[in-house]
This record gives sequence, structure tokens and C-alpha cells, in this order.
Amino acid sequence: MSETLLSIRGLTKAYPGVVANSDVSFDIGAGEVHALLGENGAGKSTLVKMIYGLVKPDSGAMTLRGAPYAPAEPRAARADGIAMVFQHFSLFDALNVAENIALGMENPPPMRDLARRIREVSETYGLPLDPFRTVGDLSAGERQRVEIIRCLLQDPKLLIMDEPTSVLTPQEVEILFKTLTKLSAEGTAILYISHKLEEIRTLCDHATVLRLGKVVGECVPRESTAREMAELMVGTTLQTPTRAGRELGPVALALRGLSAASPSQFGTSLKNVHLEVKQGEVLGIGGVAGNGQDELLAVLSGEIPTDEGAVELKGAGIGRLGPAERRRLGLLTAPEERLGHAAAPDMSLTENAMLTGSVREGLERRGFLKWAAAQDFAEKIIKAFDVRTPGPDNAARSLSGGNLQKFVIGREVLQRPDVLVVNQPTWGVDASAAAAIRQALLDLAASGAAVICISQDLDELMEIADRFAALNEGRLSEPRPTTGLTVDEIGLMMGGAHGMEVAAVG
Amino acid sequence: MDISSINPVLLIASLMVAATPILLAAIGELVVEKAGVLNLGVEGMMITGAIAGFAAAVETGSPFVGFVAAAAGGAALSMLFVLLTQFALANHVASGLALTLFGLGLSALIGQSYGGVKPPPIGKLDLGPLSDLPVIGPILFSQDLVVYLGIALVAAVWALLKFTRAGLVLRAVGESHDAAHALGYKVVRIRILAILFGGACAGLGGAYISLVRVPQWTDGMTAGVGWIALALVVFASWRPWRVLLGAYLFGGITVLQLNLQAAGVAIPVEYLAMSPYIITIVVLVILSADKNKAPASLGRIFHASQ
Repeated sequence: MSETLLSIRGLTKAYPGVVANSDVSFDIGAGEVHALLGENGAGKSTLVKMIYGLVKPDSGAMTLRGAPYAPAEPRAARADGIAMVFQHFSLFDALNVAENIALGMENPPPMRDLARRIREVSETYGLPLDPFRTVGDLSAGERQRVEIIRCLLQDPKLLIMDEPTSVLTPQEVEILFKTLTKLSAEGTAILYISHKLEEIRTLCDHATVLRLGKVVGECVPRESTAREMAELMVGTTLQTPTRAGRELGPVALALRGLSAASPSQFGTSLKNVHLEVKQGEVLGIGGVAGNGQDELLAVLSGEIPTDEGAVELKGAGIGRLGPAERRRLGLLTAPEERLGHAAAPDMSLTENAMLTGSVREGLERRGFLKWAAAQDFAEKIIKAFDVRTPGPDNAARSLSGGNLQKFVIGREVLQRPDVLVVNQPTWGVDASAAAAIRQALLDLAASGAAVICISQDLDELMEIADRFAALNEGRLSEPRPTTGLTVDEIGLMMGGAHGMEVAAVG
Repeated sequence: MDISSINPVLLIASLMVAATPILLAAIGELVVEKAGVLNLGVEGMMITGAIAGFAAAVETGSPFVGFVAAAAGGAALSMLFVLLTQFALANHVASGLALTLFGLGLSALIGQSYGGVKPPPIGKLDLGPLSDLPVIGPILFSQDLVVYLGIALVAAVWALLKFTRAGLVLRAVGESHDAAHALGYKVVRIRILAILFGGACAGLGGAYISLVRVPQWTDGMTAGVGWIALALVVFASWRPWRVLLGAYLFGGITVLQLNLQAAGVAIPVEYLAMSPYIITIVVLVILSADKNKAPASLGRIFHASQ
């Protein structure tokens, strides 16, 4: 590659009780697309925050174009040509595109000039955007454009991207990659954080792998396999979930022409949804976030009541029943949001086990709770699903995302459901925990339960689902067998590029 | 009864006076809430400003010094709210309620020796011939300076929020403190300044009651005006000109119902007395039925943990 742009030497940052980064060193060349790989908690975020000036390192040094570089705040980093596209929380929903962009700039020009420049830059890079639209009304892909254009207007030398593709359709990812390739060809270096290994293999020139805050390896992604990189990240051999051949039974759960209004103002209403899942089958439901996933889960769990016959469990209409009755009948659900929806953050694991397990595990009698039995149940979940926690008395909030997710899924799986519905079962969960959760879902299906897995991770759905359907603006596509399904077909089922034309990048 | 005895010009001129305390307190609270802080201590800051201003004006003989002291007193009490919510990360609602209770008690303590004392009178604007114009003279050109200050503050806050970078940053902090922090803005510092501004405005509003509206000191004399100001901000959908409209509506109906009482209208006094509250709230509820929403971070505690 060409000359070194940013050189990092021995960066160390410790928080009370945990060393986030320990003696991290690597170089980024000008115009290079450099991947930063690692599981959750490997210290990727802390590292980029140090580069962007949000966090000060305890020791170590950085040099930018040969000169010492120690940004005191993001402002200083931006002045030195470093820009960052955040994974989440850096846009303001109630403000318009131009205002959002002005907030990320040092000396923004007057609004009218800024709007003109936004139009220019967005068209140059094939990311058309109207400066006066309110950000709250934009799709995930368009929101990301706002962030990217905010960075590009500052003419950055290094662009940091934190998990940029987690919210995009395959078509949108393609547009993004074209833009990034063009940027890199113009000499802008890109530090790309992701744990989607196939993307890194197509896009990146070089990869640095972090594990537990330390650099454990470097590789050239084009010359390595995804499996090699994953094993470098995890540090152990990765277990791929195995699908046992299984017999499909009769239809366990069916939705018949279900329509339901969303309870939230910005939600998506479900429109005429039909689906059937058989015993022993895993149905994968994909789609970009905000296309009715939460509503579909709520309709299945009983949080949104519907017409009696719209939801059928083993042939009987259950549309009017609430969550507790549905649990009693064998329909269990695990929603996406771990803290606050699937689990009560400040209650202990025992209490959380009680909350959904009381009906099926017989943890209460005549209104009195059997705490000893609930604790046994919580311990059983912790043991069976390898939840890393000192014990069942710890608050749900104190667990890391992956461990809490294992607990939440395990709690439902161990209640021997006839039908289990999960939403984003491995969101924000590291590779080994994700593999364990997927294996549990497959084992559950093999034992004769029907499983509906709603997820935005297409690789996950391809790995575990027998059939795949996509939600797009509250409508569910016709389910198709996953074997032989191509990425393009999936993209079209998800609604293509959501009205974003595949702009010519020239 | 004799409704014709009510002079519409005097009515409008006096409604502007009646509305000024609410207007001042509400425009201050609007800035505070736009920054994402919910300070329910408006009543407490107003009454503290009322006694601080009254005492300073009586001791120095200057109403101007009184108003400066009132702003300082209101801001000083809001500093307590700053310590509780921005540094000790206490709950906004509980801290605000505590502030109100504390302010009421503190003002009663300070005010013990000021019962029955008369404050120095405040001068009215006199533009000679302009002030003598029929109709618009009494309404526009012969009020006291604080009335104009209130209107000027509304205009200034509106322009600040709409046209300046400082206003954009303030709104951004109220909209998402995490995002603002990630972009490198000093969330806590911006919020402290907003809270102090809100405290100073509430203090001014309180002093306007004790020095101009009811020129004397009695315990608890703000009598819930701070709560009306809080409600006004919400029902005005966090828009400065609507705050002005709501304050004038409230002031207008207050003055009108007093006039109606004096004219001997055959409606029980209790109904007349409650009418400003009901009508103001009904009108603003109808107006606020648009998509304009509260600042998304309103009342949420910010801690720079990342």
C-alpha cells in the first residue's frame, strides 16, 4: 500500500474492572480500507473512540502523517481530517437533514449554501438526499447517507465506519460499497468495523483482529476464509450449527389474513399476513427493521389482540387470547429488546425466570409464588445455556448482552414450547454465543416444535431456516424454501432498495 | 350589571401586565425544556425571585436593582437544581418538586420582616405624543419596561432557536443527548446554562408580581402561576410565539373575569375565577393537536458513560 496515514502504537485504556484495550498497535495506509474485527467486548468501540477523541488513552501514542496526534475532543479529530459514521445515536430525529449535518461540522456555511453542497456531494457519490427532509421520516439506509455525507463534507482523510451495514438491504449494501470504493480510490482511508466477515472479504484490503482488548492477528481478508477470521476472533474452533434431517408434522401455527394496526405512532401496521408453520419446521422472516417485525411478534405473543380466527394454534383460533393463555397452550415468544421487553432489567434472573415461566413450569399456586422452584428453573437455564453470571440472584441488567440473550432464549426453549417465536435472537451477540443460540433453536425444531425466527441477519436465516419470507411495509412475502435462494432474490423479497435508486457511481 | 363599563383599551393594556409574570417564567422554562431538562421548580424559583426582588428594591429604593436581584435569586435557586440533576444525576421530577417546596419555605423565611412594606414604584414608558395616541398609546407605548422585556425575550428566544447555531445545538442536546455528546458537544454545560436562564426568567416573573402586579409581599403570593407557566410550555408545543399567545389569553381572561365580577355579572364568582385556567387549557390543547412533539430527551438523565 502507499504511505502510512495513521499509526497507532501501544494504546491502552482501562476502565474500572476491565481493560478495554491493551497495547494495541497497527497502521492504516492512505487510501486503504482497513477492517477492525472482533467480538462484542473485544474493545473495537473503545479503540475508535480514542482515535475520534471521545476517550483519552491511558498510555500509548498515535501519529497522523508522521506528526504526533492526540485529539482532546472530537472537534480536534475532525479538524485533523478524521470523521466517523456511528453505529447508532448520532442523528436527531426531529431536525432536518441539513441541520443534522450542520451539527457535525466545525464552521457550517449558511443553511442555503449548505443545502446546495449537500445536494452536490450526495449526487457525486451516488447517494441522493433532500436536505430539508426531517430525519425521523427517513429509512435506515437514508439515515446512514446523512451520516456519510456529513463526514464527506469535511473532506476527511480517514473515515471510521462502525457496523454500517447492519440496517441495510443487500442492494443498499451494494450502493454503500460502491461509494466506499470510490472514496478509497480518491485516497481516503477507511477504518471499517464489522463482524460480517463476507463483507469484509469483499471490501477490505487489510484486517486487524482484536480479542479481549489485544491485537491477536492480522490478515488480508481476500486471502483468508471467513471461517479462519471467525476463529481468530473467537480464539477457539467454531461450531457450525448442524441441522438434523427431520420430519415435518401437521401445521402448528397459522396466520390467516391477519391485519393489525401498530400501537405506536411510528410503527408499521400489518396488512393481510398469511403464514403457516409445521411442527419441526423453522420459518425465517427477514426484512429491514421497522417493516412490521415488532408488530408481528406482538400479534403472535398476544400483546396485540386480533380477530379470533386470524391466529390459529393447532387449528384453534386464539386471536383474542392474552400472552399468559397462549403460553399455557404452548405458544411462546422472545421479543427483540432484551432489557425492558424480554427481561425486566432491575429484577434478578430468578424473578425474570418466574415472569414467563410461572404458567408452564408450575411456579405459582393459587397466587402464591414458589421461589425455590423458580430459582431451580433459573439455575437450570444458566447451566443448560452456559450463561456467564455469578448466580441467579444477579440483576438482568448486570449481564452482558450475549449472556442475557442466552438466558432469555434458554428460558423459553426450556419451557418445551410447541411453537416458539423469536425476534432477532442473536442481535449484538458474539459469534460463539450466537452459534449456541442457533443450535438450540435447531434442536428445538428437531424435537418437533415449530420455530419462527424473525431476524435481520440474512446469514443466520439461511443457516437455520427451512423456508424464508420477508416483511416489507407490513406485508409478508410468500415463503420460499431457503435452499437455492440467491441474495438478489432475497433482496427483491425485502423490497429491493426501498425506493433508493441504484445510482450510477462514476 | 353593566358590561359597557368595561373599557376594551384598558382591558388590553392591563392584560399585558397580568400576563407578564407567566410569560417570563414560561419562556425561561421553554428554553430549559428545549435543552431536555424538565424543571418543575418554576413556582419555587418565581417566589424566590419575588422576595429577592422585593427585598432588594425596598432596601435600595431602586426597582431596577430589585429586578436584577430577582433574576440572580431565581438563578441561584436553579443552581440547586443543577447540582441535583446534572451532577448528582437525580430524577428531574422529584428535584423540581423539591425545589418548589424549598423555594416557598425559603421565601417565607426571608419575607418575614417585609409584610406590609410598600416597594418603590416602577416607572412607565412615556414617549410623550406616542403615549398619548388613542387606543394604541395606552396599549403599546405606556407600559413599564418589563412588559417590553418579556416580549423581547420571546422574540429573542424564537430567533435564537430558529436561526442561530447556538439554538441548533441547544435543540440537539434536548433531542438526543447521546448523539450530541458523540458529536462532541458539552451536554452538561449547555444544560446548566439553560437551567440558569430559566431560573433567572422565573425570578424576573416572580418579582414582577411582588413589585408591579401586587406591589406588596405576602407568603405564597405567586399562587400557582409557576404551574400555569409549566402547563403553558407544554400546551404551546414548545413554540415561543404560542407561549406569548397562551400567556396573553390567560392574562386576558383573568382581567376580563375580574372586570365581569366588578360589573356584577350573574355568574357565580367561583366559575369566573376558574375560567382563565379552563379556557387557556382548552384553547392550547386544541392548538397543540399537531405533530409538534416534546424534545425527545426531555427529563432523561444524561451520564457520559461511553
